[in-house]
Parts: sequence; C-alpha cells; structure tokens
Amino acid sequence: MKPIEVISLSKSYGKVEAVKSVSFEVERGTIFGLIGPDGAGKTTIFRMLTTLLTPDSGEARVEGMDILKDYRAIRAHVGYMPGRFSLYQDLSIEENLNFFASLFQVSVEENMHLVEPIYKQIEPFKKRRAGKLSGGMKQKLALCCAMIHKPTVVFLDEPTTGVDAVSRSEFWDMLAQLRDSGITIVVSTPYMDEASRCDKIAFMKEGTILTTGTPNEILSAYGKRLFAMESENMYLSLQQLQADERVDLCYSFGSTIHFTLRDGVQAEKNWAEIQPQIEDCYIALSR
Amino acid sequence: MTTFGSFVHKETLHILRDTRTMMIVLLMPVVLILLFSYAISTEVNNVRFAVVSPHYTSAVLEQVRHLEANPNLRFAGFIEPTEIDATLRQGKADVVLCYSADYDRISAGIEQGASMQLVADMSNPNNGTMATAVVQGAILSSQASLAAALQPDIRILYNPQMKSSFNFVPGVLGLVFMLICGMMTSVSIVREKEVGTMEILLVSPVKPLQIILAKMTPYFMISCLNLTTALLLAKYLLQLPLTGSITALIIISVLFIVLALGLGLLISVMVSKQIVAILISGMLLMIPVMMLSGMMFPIENLPHFFRELSVIIPARWYIAALRKLMIQGLPFLGVWKEMLIISVMTLGILSISLKRFNDRLA
Amino acid sequence: MTDEKIISVRELTKQFGDFTAVDHISFDVYKGEIFGFLGANGAGKTTAMRMLCGLSYPTSGSGVVAGFDVYRQAEQIKRHIGYMPQKFALYEDLTVAENMELYGGIYGMSRKVIRDRIDELLAKLDFESERNTLTGELPLGWKQKLSFTVASIHKPDIIFLDEPTGGVDPLTRRKFWELIFETAYEGTTVFVTTHYMDEAEYCNRLSMMVDGRIKALGSPKQLKEQFNAPDMDMVFRILARGAKRGD
Repeated sequence: MKPIEVISLSKSYGKVEAVKSVSFEVERGTIFGLIGPDGAGKTTIFRMLTTLLTPDSGEARVEGMDILKDYRAIRAHVGYMPGRFSLYQDLSIEENLNFFASLFQVSVEENMHLVEPIYKQIEPFKKRRAGKLSGGMKQKLALCCAMIHKPTVVFLDEPTTGVDAVSRSEFWDMLAQLRDSGITIVVSTPYMDEASRCDKIAFMKEGTILTTGTPNEILSAYGKRLFAMESENMYLSLQQLQADERVDLCYSFGSTIHFTLRDGVQAEKNWAEIQPQIEDCYIALSR
Repeated sequence: MTTFGSFVHKETLHILRDTRTMMIVLLMPVVLILLFSYAISTEVNNVRFAVVSPHYTSAVLEQVRHLEANPNLRFAGFIEPTEIDATLRQGKADVVLCYSADYDRISAGIEQGASMQLVADMSNPNNGTMATAVVQGAILSSQASLAAALQPDIRILYNPQMKSSFNFVPGVLGLVFMLICGMMTSVSIVREKEVGTMEILLVSPVKPLQIILAKMTPYFMISCLNLTTALLLAKYLLQLPLTGSITALIIISVLFIVLALGLGLLISVMVSKQIVAILISGMLLMIPVMMLSGMMFPIENLPHFFRELSVIIPARWYIAALRKLMIQGLPFLGVWKEMLIISVMTLGILSISLKRFNDRLA
Repeated sequence: MTDEKIISVRELTKQFGDFTAVDHISFDVYKGEIFGFLGANGAGKTTAMRMLCGLSYPTSGSGVVAGFDVYRQAEQIKRHIGYMPQKFALYEDLTVAENMELYGGIYGMSRKVIRDRIDELLAKLDFESERNTLTGELPLGWKQKLSFTVASIHKPDIIFLDEPTGGVDPLTRRKFWELIFETAYEGTTVFVTTHYMDEAEYCNRLSMMVDGRIKALGSPKQLKEQFNAPDMDMVFRILARGAKRGD
C-alpha cells in the first residue's frame, strides 16, 4: 500500500479552478515535492489531503485511508505544517511543543529522539516566546511540532518561504535525515533549486501538473538542445536574441542567457551547449 | 496532563499573557459598579428653583424658606414672569415656581383655582421628571398640614432612597457577562482561524467539541470570579439588601454565562476575522443589552416596537431576575419565569452553534 | 550607467534603543544602474531602505537621494522616487486605469498628463485590453507589472523595488526583469532587493548587508572573484555563515 495515492482530484472556489484533475503517488520513505509558484494549487492539494477541504471530484488515500470517509483517522495520524508556520506567538518554544504533543496524547520525551537533531538547535532558547524567534528558528520549531507524535506521513506546505538561503539548505538536510528514518514527506516549494533535493517531484502551474518524475528523469526528458551565452549587457543581448528568428525560447539565467533553437536550425560553432537544470525544464514546460 | 487539561492550560496562558485584556476583563465589573454607583447617578440632587410671585406675601415667603431648607433644592432667586424662558434656557434654574396672585387665599380654601404652577426644563426628560418630582415632594411636605387629606400617600418601596446604584448592579452584571463571555470567546476562536493554528488543531485527534469547551472554560472561570466580586461589592460597599434566594441568583447567573458563551461561539462560527467578530459582538450583544434590556432605560418607556423586541434579548430577563432577587428579595420561585426563559434560550443557542461549528475549512 | 551619483550614503546609522539596526553603512549608486541591495532577513535591509525613501530619520551619518538630503528634505525625496512594496500596493477593487489615476494623483500629476501617461503605458505593456479590468482579477504576474508601472508613473529618477518577484513562476520572474532592464536602459536608476541569488547577477552592482553592516560591495563579477565563488549564491553563503543576527 502506497502511503499517498491521489486520483483525479479537483477543487474549485466559485469560478476559479484551483486544482484541475491532479493525480500522483508517493512511495514510502521518500521526499515528494510539489514545485510551483503561488496560485499553482499546492496549498489546496495539501488541504484536501489533510482533510481540511473536500474535493469536488476525484479521490485520494493517505496510508490507505480515504480522505472523505476516514478523515478523522487521517487527522489523528499525519503530521502537518501549514504555510506561515502556524505557531502560538505568545507561548514559548517549550510550551508550543508540549501543547502539540498533548494534542496527540504523547509526551515530548517519548519521541524526542526523532526530532532531537532539530530541537537541540533551538533548545537553548526554549523559554523564548515563538513570536520573538527568527524565521529559521520558527521553521525548526514548526517542524518539531509537526513530527512530535511520530507520524509516518508528513505534509509541509512551503516550509522554506520567507527564510534565508542558509536556513533553507539546513532545513533540507534535516528533511533528508527524517526521510532516511523511514518517514514519507510531502513538501511544496516555489524554489526551483530545492526541487533537486526531492526524490520525486511534480511541476505545477495553475492547478495542473505539468510533469512528474525524479529530478533526473525530468532533466533527461528535456528533449532540446540548450545553449548559453555570456553577456555584459543583458538587456541588449536579450533584445538581439529575441529578434533572431532562429531562436525559439530565450531568457536570462544568472549571468548568462539560455536559449533554444527552432526545429531544424543549425547551431553556430561558437555557441556553448549546456546541460539543462531543473529551472530550464520548468520554463520549457510552463510556457 | 490530559489533552483537555493542557488545552485549558494553553488558553489560560493566552489570557494571562495578554495583560491589557486581562485588566479589562477582571477590573471592568468593579470599575463599572463603582462608576455607576458613585460617580454617575440618575438622581438629581441639586435642583435649582426660581420663583415668580406677583405679591411677596408671608405665605409665599414662608414656603420659599421651607423649600430653601430642603437639602436637595437650591434657591435661584425671584424673577419676573417675562424672564422665565430666559432663566430656564440659560440654565440658571431647573424649575420655576409661579405663585398665583391669590395664592394665600386659594391655599386657604377661600378661593378656587390653581395656587401655583411649575414650569420645568424638560430638555433632558429624565432629569426634568426627577427635578419636578423632588420639588413636588418638597412642596407636599411643606403643605402637609394643609393638604394631608387630599394628597395621595406616596410611599416608595424597596429602594426608599431611590438610589440608582441598586438599579445598576444587575445591569452591569448583564453587560459584563455578555462582553466577557460573548465577545472574548468569539475573538479567541476566530483568532485561531485567522492566525492559522486552527488548521493544525483540526488535523489532530482532538474533537471540535473539546476545542470549544477548552476555549470557554477560562472565560467561564473568570465570569464566576467576576460574579463573586460583584456580589461582594454590592453587599458590603453599596449595601444592597441581597435578601432574595442566593441559590437562585447563582443558578440563573451560571445559566446566563453559559448562554453568553454560546452566543460567542455562534458569532465565531460565522466570521473569519477578529475585527469582524468584535464589530458583530458589539452590535449584536452590547448594544441590545445597553439599550433594550432595561439596564439604563425602563422597558416600559420604550416605544412599542422595541418593547416587543426586548423580549428576545436574554439580558432583559436576566436583569429582571437579578433585580427581583437582589433588591426585592424574592425567593427561588419568584423568578421561575425568567429562569425557564433563559434555560430555553441557552439550549437553543448552544445547539445551533455546536451544529454549525465546521470541522473543515470550507 | 554614468558617473553621476544619484544616491550617496556615508556612515548611515539607525539605532533603536540599544539595538543598532543599521551600522555605519556607506555606498554610492550611480545614475542609470541597477543596484542590488541584498542581505538576509534581519540584516537591516528594510530599515536602510526606509531611510533612503525618506520614511525614517537616521540616527547619524549622511545620505543624499536624488539630490535631496534624507534629514531635511524627506518630503522632496518621496516626490522624486518610485516605490514598489513587497505586497504591491494596489487596490484590488479598482480597475487597472483607476489604480494608475490614483497614483498619478498622489504624485501630483495633472489630469491631462495622467491620461496621456496611462495611454502611453498601457500601449507599451500591451495592456490596453485590460484597462477596465478589476485589479483583483489579474493574474499575479500582471499585478506585478502593474505595481511596477504605477511606481514609475511619474517618471521618477529612481525606483525602489522591495522583493518584487516573490512567489512568481520562473518565466514571469524573468519577464519582469526584462521590464526592469528596459527601465534602466531608458535612464531610470533601479534599486532592488531580492532573495533570489540568480537575480543578483542581473544587477550592475550590488551590496550585501550582514548584521547591519555592508560586507560586500561591487559588481557580481568583482564579488565572485573576491570571494572565489562560482556564483552569487555561494558568495551569499560565505558571508551569511558568519552572521550572528537573525536567521
């Protein structure tokens, strides 16, 4: 039995179709990433899988339990970290953790071994109120609170948004450790560079999945040749390439410009061909 | 600690750590009772009266002297008839006594007709009525020997000094419970929704009923504390008689508190922003209590439509029952009607709110 | 990019009680360049920007923005800059044209000038068809563009952009930067903060704040050489690891 199975899930808010017939599966002990910008439908999918919202159509199962019929059982079972790390601002780190443990009728001590690597980074501040913590510390606390009852499946909705790059990277290290101990993790993020740290990803845009697969599979499926050009003046070079009829897609990428060619066009000798990155794949699929 | 226990613990921490709100919630009943009793009074103590008299006969002068001696009255001087309007408008007097030219003879029974006329400033009807009554009372007492047989014997029961402070304690309690149990509870629940922690609470084994009860419990406790404080203040500071059934008082107060908590819950299931919860609590809870429940203005004085409307205001029945128990000193059975009505309302509100509490986001 | 300085800051400091949010920073921004103002959350970026926009008085140090002094001429500064905040200060229940009219009015433009400018901008952005669409109904990428347009409606000398590309998909992000490039090309100076390190590469020059101080200042190329890093992301990590404050 796969921990998560989603079959043609759809949800609309009035006229807006937030999620359009989305399907995917997640294997046990892996990190699955929903990658996409705001408005892609990531939060809505999370809310359906944690049974906070009911789908308009389609079905889904978490640890074999149906999201409509067995919703109480799912709620007692999974770990959930909603966006904006919902913590009690006027309670301390210790008090927050104790409270969330008691919600699931476990004690902090019995499961501490699971969250210890994360908790000991914030433990020196355990009497500080959550409202006075930095973004990175809030993130760690929220993760501990979501994990304290030893769930087998954890949903993390944009846990790295609004946090600096260093903390983000450390966070993914922590997720990898949790994954290695057998927990199934579903994560959403708008940051393309984090996609490569997932075992499997789904690109989302405006309610639909563009493609699913391991990062390597997606990279290999790129299909076209990708070229890069250094430029001192980004603006002028872009104008030039966009006007060039041989060029299909061109866009800035850090200090270079990436571009692809129309079918049948021959590449010039001095053009540098490069391997695509995850972001190139997303751009190609989403246009 | 059990789940419920630690939940109540958390709610209590929220309240204790919000010092400003806590001050309001605990001190408000005390402040209101003291304010209404000592500072604000609808009694009128210094009624200024001016006198118009064509002839300054000894009978007139003697009565004026008698009135002057009354501690509640102050003599504002003799004026001409043409000055009556100006005197009242400029606030130099509250009431003008106009003696007729034949005052001496009429009051002795020798002539027929009205011996005097009272012209009163009614721009504030409450004050005006009271002022007139005070002056009339003073005049009656000065004429006691002359007119005893003809004047009705007015005796004032239960609140002989007509102290308005007695009147306000029931009203203050009604208001305070509505505010604390209604508004605070609804804001507390809506805050979880707004901040996003409600999502986590729902995605856990905790049942919605546990969430609701845990949120209500601290405010219930605070209200019981407030009830005790108010009763102690009333008995020892304001010297309310409190001769009625204390058991009935406690039971009906608890019922009312639960009703107010239910109203708070009802509001919280309808709104998703704290500011809206506060506005709606203000409109639906506070204003009806202040205007229509008999707290400030007698229900009998309200226009017909509002009098009918006041029947559905729970505070009206609670305040009426409290007055019966605290001031009139009735036993338990004396308030059976109010108790029944409030019980029915409580059950109704609780069932509606519990049913509407949504354990999903949409 | 010219040699003329449009922002000049020396030992600018802001203290809140004991806490020094901005600690004696000094830098210049040249007319027509895209200047990146980077730093982690809590490093002091927002506080510094507020001083440059005339929104808060420095505790000490000096600053000149668009020719005006940050202490004595804050109101003048506000009139000569454009500002695009993080959450796009647009009114969702006004149409595209109405939002533009509103901001035109705020910046003191006459009605005729506003009308002509709206026509000009809508044509340039190929947005004429959405003139009467409610802003709330626009997709995120379009709101972003509108917000930028509205910030530049009065043709300011400098535009301040506070993390303008948060939460938007990669292609839309790049399209937005093309808008920034175009604006800079036309002579407007762009002062931008961002969390995306690849966007740091698009800047002519940038500064990086750590614990209230500027720890790096120069072009992307210079900084990569200085810190021996392959990209700006690595430069940031090297600098951020030494940070004591915030995340």
